Amino acid sequence: MVSTTPLAPGNEPAALTTTRRKSARPFAGGQRRPTSARSRESRTAAWMVGPAGILLFLFLVVPVVLAFILAFTNARLISPRPAEFIGFDNFTNLFTDSVFWASLRNNVVFALVIVPVQAGFGLVLALLVNAKVRGTNFFRTVYFVPVVTSIVVISLLWKFLYQLDGLLNQMLVRVTFGHFTPIDWLNNPSTALPAIMVMSVWQGVGFHMIIWLAGLQTIPADLYEAGDLDGASGWQRFRYITWPGLRATRTFILITITISALSLFSQISVMTQGGPLDSTTTLVFMAVRSGYKQLATGYASAISLIFFVLVLTVAAIQRFLTREKV
Amino acid sequence: MAALTDAPTGVQPAPAPQNRRRAPVSRPRSVLITVARVVLVLVFVLPLLFMFVSSLKPDLQIFADMTNWRAFLPVGDVSLDNYAGVFDRVPFLRFLLNSIGISGLTVVLGIFVNSLAAFGLSRLQWRGQQAVLTAIIATLIVPFETLALPLLWWVNKLPSIQLDGFHLVFTTGWIDTYQVQIIPFIANAFSIFLFYQYFSSIPRELDEAARMDGAGWFRIYRSVVMPLSGPAIATVAILTFLPIWNAYMWPLMVVQREELRPVMVGIQYFFQLNVAWGQVMAYASMITIPVLVLFLGFQRSFINSIASSGVKG
Repeated sequence: MVSTTPLAPGNEPAALTTTRRKSARPFAGGQRRPTSARSRESRTAAWMVGPAGILLFLFLVVPVVLAFILAFTNARLISPRPAEFIGFDNFTNLFTDSVFWASLRNNVVFALVIVPVQAGFGLVLALLVNAKVRGTNFFRTVYFVPVVTSIVVISLLWKFLYQLDGLLNQMLVRVTFGHFTPIDWLNNPSTALPAIMVMSVWQGVGFHMIIWLAGLQTIPADLYEAGDLDGASGWQRFRYITWPGLRATRTFILITITISALSLFSQISVMTQGGPLDSTTTLVFMAVRSGYKQLATGYASAISLIFFVLVLTVAAIQRFLTREKV
Repeated sequence: MAALTDAPTGVQPAPAPQNRRRAPVSRPRSVLITVARVVLVLVFVLPLLFMFVSSLKPDLQIFADMTNWRAFLPVGDVSLDNYAGVFDRVPFLRFLLNSIGISGLTVVLGIFVNSLAAFGLSRLQWRGQQAVLTAIIATLIVPFETLALPLLWWVNKLPSIQLDGFHLVFTTGWIDTYQVQIIPFIANAFSIFLFYQYFSSIPRELDEAARMDGAGWFRIYRSVVMPLSGPAIATVAILTFLPIWNAYMWPLMVVQREELRPVMVGIQYFFQLNVAWGQVMAYASMITIPVLVLFLGFQRSFINSIASSGVKG
């Protein structure tokens, strides 16, 4: 690990100030440098990489390792007693906890809907914005605005829109001339999760539009010209030029949407607190509730581990499915 | 908008010359596209417009206006009363300063620490370099949500120095501090990766020329490489700023004391049975406007930094 590299305090000035070296050609193949220059360079590298290395070690590596350890203990956030190893108890408790299964189901359903919808809608937006019609910049900017707006603000706003006497119901009543019966979207177990899905797509789709756009712009123009010469239709152009050209982008988009869909938390925390009847609880929400509100760090770590395994598995599967086929 | 992703990460494309000589879109199609685009503008803008407009109206009028288009127009009894109400109810200015301080410091320290590490990784030659780089990139797969709860337990055990009057007091636990909202987020594997990629596009001949003139490595970092890395710095600044400004889960768990809260967590003051929606919308508007102004001002940089995050895959 970087962070274990000794940082001798007296060394920095020497490395910092002028150290004239004749042979100091970095990466000059085969040329051997005097050992002293070499070790000076190592020391300089150590103090340059060191701060980031130490911080990453302390706040990334250690917590991940801790997740693996604490998941097998009864550690509590605040407790006078030291944590004890309790084997797989946290996991057996989890697997008999109905909230856990509800969370897992909600996570999976949410991801299964969000991934294709958000990716597809994002691509449609990208194609619309990419078309050679005036005003591209303006539209791209507008579609992107929800992305820079905090998800907390968006959740709060949509909670208001979704109320029984909120804007959405009022508008629906209005456009159906009173035939629509208002629904309490977030307090109904069958509409709460779909309502959160719609909002999440609305907020996040601009992000993926930009990624798709970047991908679209890497497709060489001559391919399209060749297609035009062969008299390709709009659909054929998309099917045989655009779609294959977006392969790498596709993998990236699938993986990022899936990970962010599985990490669902803020929306739940602001809008529903997991309710009604656990219809919107998620793994991360459950982990925060046990690890923070109920102080059960061990239990929360077990949930976090399962979440991590889920993310890794899905990413691996997607990478495999979208791999380059030779 | 040419060559966004095949150029080194974060490079600003030349001001939008459309490099594609495609057959112009036919007329009926272009009308269709424009209609679709405009409808989508309404979809994305109306909810936010409703938020800003409602923040100016008393609650009774917000509800009365919902049945028609007045919901999106600042008409009727328009005033800044809701904003005044927010200031009466919560120490908004304090929250705002906290957020600015926390995100500002994280951005500045993050740029320094991560670019320095990337420089050490890309420009210097040392044993274990490749292994360290690989290890750093490997950590990108870990979502923050995985380590948040163990991290919470961990920071609660870390030693801390606090200023109590004129004495320095050693305590245990970082809960309820500023540092717990800043220090864990300074080093960032993705920022290191972005800088590393960008630095690789800067010719090494420049370093060598500087070395001939007797410059040390830090001097080269400061006077040669960093001044050429504007676009990468902008990208990292934006990609650090947004998540910190918008952070919710972490500050929710680590900050209980009111005077240390950032703006997002302040929203909780409005979670109660009888919600004063006008005030909520005013609060939401106030914490959204700064980011929106930044975004509109540095649009191109924002969009490029998001696009360059796609290189990650």
